[in-house]
Amino acid sequence: MTLLYLAIIIWLLPLLTFIIQIFFGNRLPRKGDWVVVGAMFIDLALALVIFGNVIYKYNPDFRAVLQFDWISLGGQDFPLGFVLDNVTAVMLVVVTLVSALIFLYSIGYMKGDPLYSRYFAYLSFFAFSMLGVVLFENLFGIYICWELVGLSSYLLIGFWFEKDSASDAGKKAFITNRVGDFGMFLGMLIVFSALGTFSLEGIKNGVESGQLSGTLLTAAGILFFMGAVGKSAQFPLHVWLPDAMEGPTPVSALIHAATMVAAGVYLIVRIVFMLTPVSTVVIAYIGGFTAFFAATIALTQNDIKRILAYSTVSQLGYMMLALGTGSYAAGLFHLMTHAFFKALLFLGSGSIIYAMHHALHAVNNDADPQNINNMGGLRRKMKVTFWTYLVATLAISGVPFTSGFISKDAILAGTLSFAGRYPQHFLLPFFGFAAAGITAFYMFRLVFKTFFGEFKISEAREHIHESGKIMTVPLVGFAVFCFFAFYTAGNNSISLSSPGEGWFYDLIKPPEQTAMTAAEMPFSEEIYEQEELPAEPGASHSYAIFLSLLIVGAGIVVSYRTYISKTISAETWAAMYPRLYRGMYNKWYIDEFYHATVIKLIFVWSALCRWFDNVIIDGIVNGSARITVIFSWFEGKFDNIVIDGIVNGIANATQILGWFTRQFQTGRIQNYLVGFLIGIFVIIIFRMM
Amino acid sequence: MGFLTLITFIPLVGAAIITFLPKGKIALIKKVSVAATGLTLLLTIIMLLRFDRTMPGINKEGQFQFVEHHKWIEVFNIDYFMGVDGLSFPMILLTALLCFLCVFASWNIDRAQKGYFALFLLLETGMIGTFCSLDFFLFYIFWEVMLLPMYFLIGIWGGPRREYAAIKFFLYTLFGSLLMLLSMLAFYFTNEPHTFNMLTIMQNSITYTRTFQYWVYIALFIGFAIKVPIFPFHTWLPDAHVEAPTPISVILAAILLKMGTYGLLRISYPMLPDAANYFAYGLAILGLINILYGAFAAMAQTDLKKLVAYSSISHMGYVLLGMSVFTSAGINGAVLQMFNHGTITAMLFLIVGVIYDRAHHREISGFGGLGSQMPIYTGITSFAFFASFGLPGLSGFISEAMVFIGAFPVYKYITVFAVSGVIITAGYFLWTLQRIFLGKLQDKYKTLPEISGMEIFTLAPLMIIILFVGVYPMPVLNLMRASLNYLIEVVHP
Repeated sequence: MTLLYLAIIIWLLPLLTFIIQIFFGNRLPRKGDWVVVGAMFIDLALALVIFGNVIYKYNPDFRAVLQFDWISLGGQDFPLGFVLDNVTAVMLVVVTLVSALIFLYSIGYMKGDPLYSRYFAYLSFFAFSMLGVVLFENLFGIYICWELVGLSSYLLIGFWFEKDSASDAGKKAFITNRVGDFGMFLGMLIVFSALGTFSLEGIKNGVESGQLSGTLLTAAGILFFMGAVGKSAQFPLHVWLPDAMEGPTPVSALIHAATMVAAGVYLIVRIVFMLTPVSTVVIAYIGGFTAFFAATIALTQNDIKRILAYSTVSQLGYMMLALGTGSYAAGLFHLMTHAFFKALLFLGSGSIIYAMHHALHAVNNDADPQNINNMGGLRRKMKVTFWTYLVATLAISGVPFTSGFISKDAILAGTLSFAGRYPQHFLLPFFGFAAAGITAFYMFRLVFKTFFGEFKISEAREHIHESGKIMTVPLVGFAVFCFFAFYTAGNNSISLSSPGEGWFYDLIKPPEQTAMTAAEMPFSEEIYEQEELPAEPGASHSYAIFLSLLIVGAGIVVSYRTYISKTISAETWAAMYPRLYRGMYNKWYIDEFYHATVIKLIFVWSALCRWFDNVIIDGIVNGSARITVIFSWFEGKFDNIVIDGIVNGIANATQILGWFTRQFQTGRIQNYLVGFLIGIFVIIIFRMM
Repeated sequence: MGFLTLITFIPLVGAAIITFLPKGKIALIKKVSVAATGLTLLLTIIMLLRFDRTMPGINKEGQFQFVEHHKWIEVFNIDYFMGVDGLSFPMILLTALLCFLCVFASWNIDRAQKGYFALFLLLETGMIGTFCSLDFFLFYIFWEVMLLPMYFLIGIWGGPRREYAAIKFFLYTLFGSLLMLLSMLAFYFTNEPHTFNMLTIMQNSITYTRTFQYWVYIALFIGFAIKVPIFPFHTWLPDAHVEAPTPISVILAAILLKMGTYGLLRISYPMLPDAANYFAYGLAILGLINILYGAFAAMAQTDLKKLVAYSSISHMGYVLLGMSVFTSAGINGAVLQMFNHGTITAMLFLIVGVIYDRAHHREISGFGGLGSQMPIYTGITSFAFFASFGLPGLSGFISEAMVFIGAFPVYKYITVFAVSGVIITAGYFLWTLQRIFLGKLQDKYKTLPEISGMEIFTLAPLMIIILFVGVYPMPVLNLMRASLNYLIEVVHP
């Protein structure tokens, strides 16, 4: 329990530094960077204390939970809770370690930025929200921090907000994520309406007892995955991540490569007990396809950060593929190894971009400092960056003795045995292995084009320098963690090729009861036994190693022959398959497709609503007012002409009659006598008739 | 004299004092206004400390608090009957707070200050009186008292098309009032002995025939729907908002709109429970239409103030959806949303006022890059926008989430569509944020001054409330939950 309180302190410390930084950052010495970075190193130390304890306990079932009341409506309550188990402990170390090194690196990278203090405030806020995602035991709590992570991502992508591309990218990231979050929230609604709780423990019990099952459970699982698709940039919501590279490079490394984007994978790890066969298959296919699809785009890109962005999308796809094919621990394992080597790749790229930027600036050349076609030969000038970059490249390609080799092989072996059991899913291992080969190719393409050959902009060559210590030390730090032994060390052995007996697989066990076993679905328990596969290297594991070494080797060799010995020409290939090349280069036109359909539709529809309001509804309102006015005008006329006419007419008639009769009242006797005689005369005539 | 009489009539006394002051003594007029609204706020806060959170109210006189019940016009059985419960008190709190802040937001009113502040205080009396009244006749009087000052405040101190907007507002609401008057009389004559006592009318609800309930409900509903405003009765709102001076827009959006939903919950629901159940599904659909239609229409606006006005229509839709389901989370969420929308939209209109005072226009596309010129203002605006599109950690999220949680088990598909509204809302707010604050700063705005201390003073309390309720909403929910849970029992047993 004390450990859990310690974890909560880890969580709240960045919040404190955020508040300090946002209100007083500019007034502090050095604009407060030391507060934020210092706090993060304290966080790291605390996380290591927790991790040490967990390793010392070596108990796969270790779990501490703290529940507390939050909202209570009398009858319907919404408590929150924190959890500390082995998964949390590992995630805490990953997040704080990556954050600490990248915060440190940022001091060098962001030097002189006018919004320096605000940058560190946002970084703190990110760390706070990310740690919250990891710590909450409750879907509502996770969702809150999940969206806050999205907010910090929005703020940091658009950090250089005077650039339109940056503010566009921030907006796009947030809205795309909201689409995913929409799904996640619906999933939460389903779960809550069936089980009345957001607590993961409570949901697990509910699923086990069958209170939530069948189609509804499948729907909930897929909807949660939709949230993960948004956050972890899986197809078809991957479009925001490459654009997110508009943010400062350390941000790309921290948020858009190592930690935040992995939150989707983490979420699936947490709700794995909810997944039904259908939802796992959906996850596997989306993940596998994303791994392959993003890799094909990365092949042809020239922006150093965009290549890495697509490779991140691809690697996240691997993690999803692992979770979908039942390799629970392997997915989380790859999350961890990937966090370190991908952070290293980004920081290395940052170091290159920083050097390029200053060199190009010195000679007033406005070439793109991120385009790999403008680079070359950097290995001689930037030794630390080169060697660390190479280590990370080997790791991401899956070369033996690196962390990536172990984690990727575990995933590939999982897909292979999955397909062995269910041959109809043969595409899954295909996606996995093909993506592995392409990854090796494009990563070495990147290394060859930047570090080998000759520097392309010769006049700036003299100005290229290695970055300062504050930037290279984190590089070395991350490079160390690309070494396999950190991950496979177990109680009594260190394995070269498999994590099977290492601490990770001993401590991270999949939940025993799952939706699948509970529902006694066809491929229930076997899959989760498959989980244990690497523990006793079976046939598919050996195959996997053999196959992947072959494919990765081929990828590297082809890359070498294309970009170093030039025996293969990339241009010829591009010319041979122009459509394929253009498709890859233009990211398969997904953005264009969205613009032409969804986004266009929304704008047209909103314009229509506005028109309806202004023309139809207000038309009716103003029209009825107009009609009333016209009606009253007529009524006025009617009043004036008809009614007043009648009234006046009667008056006039009376007047005329009066005038007429008055003519007889002459006052002369003779006239009256004449009248009298005429009268008598008329009477007599009437009588006679 | 009881608290309720005091808080209702102190502003009126202030208004009376102002009418006797010479026209030129503007500083004194403002001081009187600050004193009157400040004293009201202070008394409301004292009431908050004494408020018993367990007494439900709704239809039992003994369960109301701060009750004042006197005979007034005995011939017609009209009482001076006031009291508060968990439904009305949060609204009174909101009214007192916003009126106080809006006096400061009115500091720059540049003509006929005497009339302005007198009418403003009269308006406050009308609003607080409406929330306090438990006698239908009294309620109706206060309801009408609100209408007149509003008409003049828009019509005299408004923008270029103020006369059109004012008359549109006036006619719409007058039409609604007329229907309310008829309904009130229907209740009066149906009850034996004839009465305007709301609680008696509620307790007799079992005796009303269904046909009677349906027709009266519809009549009342149109009256309240115009206030909310519910599609298609909403088009007075954008015009009134755009033309009204900033503080009046704030009051209009933050409090007057709540009169509609408050009326439904205070009057229609407990007096006509059968009708409330019968029309619940329709109300949910209207709520959905408000949410989506308002959001889409907001996205297409080019005038910032109009955009905020349409966002209000959209956000009131969540209130309607939550009200329509008779679940604890739904109704509590709905009333919390009323409170939250009051604070958030008040911030939004104040924010629009800040930029309008400086740039003298509100065309969204006419700005750009203000983030580098006015960083504090940008931060505050972002905060308000985030709150409005339901960012977790800020109050709007809590109430929206509660509404969804409450509504989903009852109306699955409607809720699914309603949740999709949050994507559109985030879309248009972020787009607006981008168009105004991000990008390159235009040369003509390089001299715009940063937000002033006085303006921050009007915004800061709202920000604190929004953040606090977003992190820990219980203090507000505690005020209302007993009453609202009891209301569900009464209406939907």
